[in-house]
Amino acid sequence: MASLANKPDLIVNGKRVDGRDFDELRPIKIEAGVLKNADGSAYLEWGNNKILAGVYGPKEVFPRHMADPSKAIIKCRYTMAPFSSLADHGRTGPNRRSIEISKVTKEVFENVVILSEFPNSEIDIFIEVLQGDGGTRAAGITAASVALANAGIYMKDLVYAVSAGRIEDKIVLDFNMIEDNYSEADMPIAVAPRNNDILLLQMDGGLSKEQLKEAVGMVLEAGKKISVLQKAALNDNYKKATEQYGQKQ
Amino acid sequence: MESIDIIKSNYIRELLMDGVREDSRGLNDFRSIKVAPGVIEHAEGSAQVDLGSTRVLAGVKLIMGEPMSDTPDQGTMSMAAELLPLASADYETGPPSPDSIELARVVDRGIRAGNCIDLADLLVAEGKAWSVYADLYILNYDGNLFDAGELAVMSALMNTKVPKYEDDKVIREERIKDIKLNNIVTSATFAKIGDKILLDMNRNEGNAADARLTVATDGSVVRAMQKGLNGGITVKEIDDMVDTAMAKHVELKSIMEKATKRSL
Repeated sequence: MASLANKPDLIVNGKRVDGRDFDELRPIKIEAGVLKNADGSAYLEWGNNKILAGVYGPKEVFPRHMADPSKAIIKCRYTMAPFSSLADHGRTGPNRRSIEISKVTKEVFENVVILSEFPNSEIDIFIEVLQGDGGTRAAGITAASVALANAGIYMKDLVYAVSAGRIEDKIVLDFNMIEDNYSEADMPIAVAPRNNDILLLQMDGGLSKEQLKEAVGMVLEAGKKISVLQKAALNDNYKKATEQYGQKQ
Repeated sequence: MESIDIIKSNYIRELLMDGVREDSRGLNDFRSIKVAPGVIEHAEGSAQVDLGSTRVLAGVKLIMGEPMSDTPDQGTMSMAAELLPLASADYETGPPSPDSIELARVVDRGIRAGNCIDLADLLVAEGKAWSVYADLYILNYDGNLFDAGELAVMSALMNTKVPKYEDDKVIREERIKDIKLNNIVTSATFAKIGDKILLDMNRNEGNAADARLTVATDGSVVRAMQKGLNGGITVKEIDDMVDTAMAKHVELKSIMEKATKRSL
């Protein structure tokens, strides 16, 4: 959390710093199949976040002793590019924050990928934050879901993620970076929309029980919109692929 | 996981169908908790916590340093956890594992979000402030490091005294006051196994768990949460776990206050 000394007014006349309502998502754009080499990929713009997700696999496990004869293993790497933040130049590669995010993200996809379909193999998920503006882990999970589906990997569900939190006494959806820095609580959540199972839940700050309930409700409502965009991205990609194939005939 | 662990996990699951735990505890019972503050005299604060057979040691050192550039009006805190290879056959030497990083960051998050340490009080002069380093050492692993860790670090902080600082020098032999604390945070970690939810998993229950949720609270609001493992949890289950965590806070807080002879 940044110093409170230079805290800006996050809510003015019932609107947020970027003019949004409390329960309003930032604009989201998703494109599937953007990388040639990856088995599946997605590019996502979520407000000022720009995120690239790539999936490789199922493929042979490396190192081989990690192979599980009963199911596939998932490896996940979330990293932020050193130029991704408005602040100072960051460092390339994983740090403690990104290692934790990679771990909880991996656990999300272990739930929905039907691992038993791919024994002795591994599925690699790479999430690269090219530009970060708050809510990158949620955006990364949303993009990686599309990339996994784009790779044709069997899944029970298409997971989405978004955060909700508290600014003063207001529950607010989808923080941008300024809100993230100065908010009173932040809670990223990943959901399997089919049964609304919560697959990722992190929180810090302070939330009463009632506020927690309101925030979760807001996430589930916003998730419907995100799911539509994810499916549309996959559909568009499929359409493009079939058109291309048709032309070659 | 070794074969014996899979067999034990199945045993745990079968027992739980009748609502029974391996050690016959209730589903919402902690194991016995012992808090021993001040066990490391050289550290400015310390506490060893036994949660059943899980044993962790937290040490707090205060280093004179500089405030962060974006928070020039306060000191800093940082936390690390070491899953020592002597604590379990499951642990290996090497760089910090994702497990140990997650543990440290989740314990840190509860204490930081709860504003437990008065960081502004750590500023001694412009550009000079104490940095609080809390290190969590896992000495014996039998599950639920999150709650044992939160208890140990919180108790160690309640045990922490600030050294004398004079003429740009730290005089470690003289400790002048208790570190200023604003809040006491405790956590409760739950395992979901099948459709049952239980508090304070031991190692075998941890191996059997489908999902895990840590809820850190100061008794009035939730301060931090972290879900782990790949199982899903429902909104209703989160609701119930938050209730239990808040109820347990009273009990955990009083154990720490009694042991450290310091209360807020």
